[in-house]
Amino acid sequence: MALMTAATATAPRVPPWNDPVLRGWAFQVLVVGLFGLLVLFLVQNTLDNLERQKIASGFDFMDKEAGFEIGDTIIEYSAASSYGRAILVGIVNTLRVAVLGIVLATILGALVGIGRLSSNWLLAKICEVYVEAFRNVPLLLWLLLIAKFIRESLPGPRAVADKGLFDAIFLTNRGLYVPVPLDHPAWAWMGLAALVAIGIGWAVRRWARARQDATGQQFPVFLTFAGLIVGLPFVVWLLGGAPVGLSVPKLAGFNFAGGSVLQPEFVALLVGLTLYTSAFVAEIVRSGILAVHRGQTEAAMAIGLSRGQVMRLVLLPQALRVIVPPMTSQYLNITKNSSLAIAIGYPDLVASINVTINQTGQAIEGILIIMVAYLSVSLSISLFMNWYNKRIALVER
Amino acid sequence: MLKNFVAATAAMVAIAGFAGVAHAGKDLDTIKARGSVLCGVSTGLAGFSMADSQGKWTGLDVDVCKAVAAALFGDSGKVKYVPLSAQQRFTALQSGEVDLLSRNTTWTLTRDTSLGLNFTGVVYYDGQGFMVAKKLGVKSARELNGATVCVQPGTTTELNLADYFRANKMTFKPVVIERLEEVEQAFFSGRCDVYTTDASGLAATRATKTSAPDDYLILPEIISKEPLGPAVRHGDDQWADLVRWTLYAMVEAEEYGVTSKNVEEMKSSANPVIKRLLGVTPGMGKMLGVDEDWIVKIVKQVGNYGEAFERNVGKATPLKLERGLNALWTQGGLQYAPPIR
Repeated sequence: MALMTAATATAPRVPPWNDPVLRGWAFQVLVVGLFGLLVLFLVQNTLDNLERQKIASGFDFMDKEAGFEIGDTIIEYSAASSYGRAILVGIVNTLRVAVLGIVLATILGALVGIGRLSSNWLLAKICEVYVEAFRNVPLLLWLLLIAKFIRESLPGPRAVADKGLFDAIFLTNRGLYVPVPLDHPAWAWMGLAALVAIGIGWAVRRWARARQDATGQQFPVFLTFAGLIVGLPFVVWLLGGAPVGLSVPKLAGFNFAGGSVLQPEFVALLVGLTLYTSAFVAEIVRSGILAVHRGQTEAAMAIGLSRGQVMRLVLLPQALRVIVPPMTSQYLNITKNSSLAIAIGYPDLVASINVTINQTGQAIEGILIIMVAYLSVSLSISLFMNWYNKRIALVER
Repeated sequence: MLKNFVAATAAMVAIAGFAGVAHAGKDLDTIKARGSVLCGVSTGLAGFSMADSQGKWTGLDVDVCKAVAAALFGDSGKVKYVPLSAQQRFTALQSGEVDLLSRNTTWTLTRDTSLGLNFTGVVYYDGQGFMVAKKLGVKSARELNGATVCVQPGTTTELNLADYFRANKMTFKPVVIERLEEVEQAFFSGRCDVYTTDASGLAATRATKTSAPDDYLILPEIISKEPLGPAVRHGDDQWADLVRWTLYAMVEAEEYGVTSKNVEEMKSSANPVIKRLLGVTPGMGKMLGVDEDWIVKIVKQVGNYGEAFERNVGKATPLKLERGLNALWTQGGLQYAPPIR
């Protein structure tokens, strides 16, 4: 850059069409302008065509009554709710399966990845077969297989009405029915108490670190945290009158009523996503651990750290730098792959939007909503993972 | 780099521009130039549109496509079938992927207006029903409170179902699966207590998708009106007229006793209606923009409405459907063609 300015300064005046800086700008403005015109043209053309064919456009439909039921929802919804609400149910369902899938796939993948490095031949081979089996078959096939397996192999609700575990837990082809505590104000307060416990635990950890840096004295942070997270909600539970009422599932007509149910479609999707993605996660974890030089372990052992400390303080921080960036892609994949739900009947975002498009005929608006929703979720995951990656990155001194 | 970009831009502008022109122009001219009708059908519904092991399509909806091709080209074989799911169908028609949608599609006001379609008639007067396993001991749809119901998405079926349960103060849990085969499989495996779709569809599913059809019962309640008919997109009235009158011609032919067997003899009939129908007295074909003997070709190659009905869904087929509402108006049914004159 400095070189170029020096050159222009000493060179004789050039006409503007030969000035490289000006010319560069001119071309960029031209390209951006052409692109803008193209977009404008496409949008205008689409709107014209919609208008000509008298196809409705705009987002007015969002407030209209949806009129269809959704089988699996954790927020309030009925056929009398609006299309907007139906789409929200879809988003919540997508997030539910994606978040749980990310957590489970990470845990399972880490275990399998470490297992592949085990010196136990059988364990290493089992983990290898697992990885190859799940990552080499398309996810859609796994989903269909799992969904069919659940539907075909499990009995109907009437067949197991008197065969439940403790007469309270029932496994049927309509899902897994479990008892849940009856509504009580104490539950909300316990949740709050758990949050407070996490906050205190975090503060304790900071304090313990500062003290260790200053004095070298250690503090049992983990035990303190475990005590807090169990103890605090327990105290609140006692204070709240120790509610023990349970809503137990009972056969009523065609299905069980009461309790809570994990539906087969949700389970099939979650299991499918978890198994499939964990195979990739396992390989990422394995590569991350292998990327840390053996000398690191030996040196850490030599200064007298325990095996756990070697893993926690020396190996993991270095392995994570290799693991986190590709892991972000896997998390994004889980989120996007959850749209395969449509094949097995789990009501995710795509399913809600598809029905909406079909009832209202407004495909362009619907697709836009899907794109914006997935983009927001994916960008959020990316941003978080990039932040985390920066945090754990090697700080050069 | 820049050159590539400009070329790509030009290409995209050209494509977008042509798409605009194609929508505005005459569909009929495009179809004639192509030499075949692109017909949107279902992915496989026995009796209405189903491909056999050789990829040959048969069914009542398919016969409409064939009849249109017979009228336009004189050859019922000049049809290309495009199997569409319930969700793809309207977009496919709107975007010009098919010329004609003949896919057990219910005629409703919303579809006729805001979806930009024109329905051209009713091939089959249907209504939505429920099918249950006999072992549940259910005799009426009123007893279905709390049931799990298998249903396909993106259909009027889904809305009627919710309406019916709301109107009768009952609740249900839907299991919504897009592919017909998957939703049927879910029902027969016991994932759902009830399967709901048009009554003709229930009969087709029961007849062809289970080895024990007698274990299943179609409940007596019909909860909706489902007039199934072919549709075209807005913008070409001449093409819409041709599809509309092709269907009427089949009904009219049945009413006047013209069948695929006797159509040649009928040409010498003294009845002026039949003379007009078969183009012996010319005029009708010209007005539609097709050959004068268009109805002869339709009836000879596809048959009249009654023949098509009996061949595809009637008593002798696995579906065993009665004519019922689909009998001619002269026999107490609803099939009624305006006069061809």
